[in-house]
Amino acid sequence: MSEHTLEIDHVSKEYRLGAIGAGTLSADLNSWFARVRGREDPNRKIGDTMPTGGHEYFFALKDICLSAGRGDALALVGRNGAGKSTLLKLISRITAPTKGEIRLRGRVSTLLEVGTGFHADLTGRENIYLNGAIQGMRRSEIDKKMKEIVEFSEIEPFIDTPVKRYSSGMYVKLAFAVAAHLDPDILICDEVLAVGDVNFQQKCLGKMADVSRGGRTVLYVSHNMRTVKQLCTRGVYLENGRLVYDGTVSHAIDLYAGSGMRAVDRDLDAMRRGRLLGTQMRMLRLRVENSESMEYQMDEAIEFSLTFRSSVPESRCRLRLVLINNAAAPVAMTQTEDFSVSAGDETTLRVRFPLDNIAPGEFSIQLSLVGGDPRGSSLYYDMLENVGHFVIVDDPARTAGFLWTESLWGNMRLRGMELMG
Amino acid sequence: MASRKNDRQWDAIIRPRNGWFDINFRELFHYRDLIFLLVKRDITLLYKQTILGPAWILIQALLHTLIFTVVFGGIASLPTDGMPQFLFYMAGNLVWAFFANTLRQCSNTFVSNSNLFGKVYFPRLAMPISSVLSKLFNFLVQFLLFVAFLVYYAVQPNTAVHPNWQLIAFTPLLLLQVGMLSMGLGIIISSMTTRYRDLTLLVNLCVSLWMYATPVAYPASMVMDKYPHLIGLYMLNPMTPIVEYFRSAFLGTEAFSLAYMPLSVGMTLVFFAVGILLFSRIEKTFMDTV
Repeated sequence: MSEHTLEIDHVSKEYRLGAIGAGTLSADLNSWFARVRGREDPNRKIGDTMPTGGHEYFFALKDICLSAGRGDALALVGRNGAGKSTLLKLISRITAPTKGEIRLRGRVSTLLEVGTGFHADLTGRENIYLNGAIQGMRRSEIDKKMKEIVEFSEIEPFIDTPVKRYSSGMYVKLAFAVAAHLDPDILICDEVLAVGDVNFQQKCLGKMADVSRGGRTVLYVSHNMRTVKQLCTRGVYLENGRLVYDGTVSHAIDLYAGSGMRAVDRDLDAMRRGRLLGTQMRMLRLRVENSESMEYQMDEAIEFSLTFRSSVPESRCRLRLVLINNAAAPVAMTQTEDFSVSAGDETTLRVRFPLDNIAPGEFSIQLSLVGGDPRGSSLYYDMLENVGHFVIVDDPARTAGFLWTESLWGNMRLRGMELMG
Repeated sequence: MASRKNDRQWDAIIRPRNGWFDINFRELFHYRDLIFLLVKRDITLLYKQTILGPAWILIQALLHTLIFTVVFGGIASLPTDGMPQFLFYMAGNLVWAFFANTLRQCSNTFVSNSNLFGKVYFPRLAMPISSVLSKLFNFLVQFLLFVAFLVYYAVQPNTAVHPNWQLIAFTPLLLLQVGMLSMGLGIIISSMTTRYRDLTLLVNLCVSLWMYATPVAYPASMVMDKYPHLIGLYMLNPMTPIVEYFRSAFLGTEAFSLAYMPLSVGMTLVFFAVGILLFSRIEKTFMDTV
């Protein structure tokens, strides 16, 4: 028999699109009565051509199979809407699947939000009890762990103060302290570490790593790839409600970072941008000219051409490029010199971006068209994230014989220091 | 189902839908500390940042009783089965308030806890159960006050108050019945409010009207006198025999309506069972509709 603590067996979750009923009894009765008489439903939306009663369904998750055992720390990665959170909700029994079955062994603790069930008027201590009990702890267990929890939370002097007097940082610390001491067999976490100061975040990650090393199962969802890398031993990549990949963390992250962006010819016109961007100037097309695979050797350069349209004149226009690493953190910025465009122009820039200072790894590119201002501020005409994605292949011969370790040395490769005699 | 055989090896199996009778009482029992802590929370919150704290429970009961005594006893001069008006109204009010408050709170279970229910799993029934218990606590506090008045009136010479010890012995069961009835109805309504929010408003309205269909402000014997042909309909109200029972037990009123007690108990059991079934059916997916 398998030693799995969690088995997800062909699970699908279907949601009905649009409002379910009209929300009030009278409106639903109204619709029903109209239907009975064969009249048109008075509550139907204009332009809604579907017959009443027919609904559109969509699968938030489709046929997911996944299992995890003791000591596994699974990272679920994927874009927004890929179904990560829905999956966590199913596992934590907040809602039920439409099809399939999930089997669990042991206690499941869910951390979809810190401080769930905290009541502002209760003191820290009272909230520890309540929160622990909500997560399925017995009172005697909480009694035993009280001291540890209070110590971990770093807020001992305030433990008998109502939590509404806490700063948001203290609140988070207390909440996580309870969660960290639940001793679950399966711990489910969703982006909860986005809060709190850096030291405390590290402490929490350490605690979570302890959980998985102690033979428990951890399921973790985050957009922060750095914490994912630090914590998880297995990566699962979801796309549009389907499980695409289950294997190493680094490959799952690659898939996530590269999803749909390794193209060498890209239609930028159709990409979604922020409000007010892309109106006066709009980037239309990006073509990479010196690579098919978007893999570069160290010291090479990316050559690309960018076509954009401008409907305003600008004499101090420039193209700005920001390099983003796997952890979604910006690494460096570079820009072209000023050039001028006039209204109605469609311009194609040919650009060469040398990679000599960039360390091996995977990066994505953010491009923006900015207009300079004599006072030094810049005006963003258009900005697009993830327009391209490339890899710089590690070559030990060029880095003095060792492999580049991104987490230790960063993403910039500086010229060698000089000994001054 | 082949997999059923292996079910034992798992602590939980999540399937699309529970069967109608798939209620996990063992799990609910495991969460008994949560129920206790929720009740404790409700009680603690009564006195946090208040001047009078739990005294409000008593003030509520006293004020209601006083108003009833003045309006129904004084101005309208309704009969009280020969009992001291104050005591008569207080008895009715206590039982009614326990019922009505529990019903109101239980009927809000899903809507007012949707935030919590959306973040963490625990047996959802813990919520209405804790509502019943915390309202029961309120009732017991008020009951102590009632006993004080009862003793005062009972020791007066020529008093009409004669507690019936045999009936009193069964009042714990009566309280259980009120709890089950109000919780049953409450969770039926709460299951429906996940789709229809306007039911919440309807509940508040109905509960206030329902009180007048219950012998709180008047004795049931009065209905018997004035509308004997409607008495069958009147007794369909399961709260009628309950309130009357409480009065006959502690005050010693003659209550013909006790004959209808089995009907009331039957209705309670039906509402309770239907409520639990409906609730456990809804609880799994209500997050998708609420």
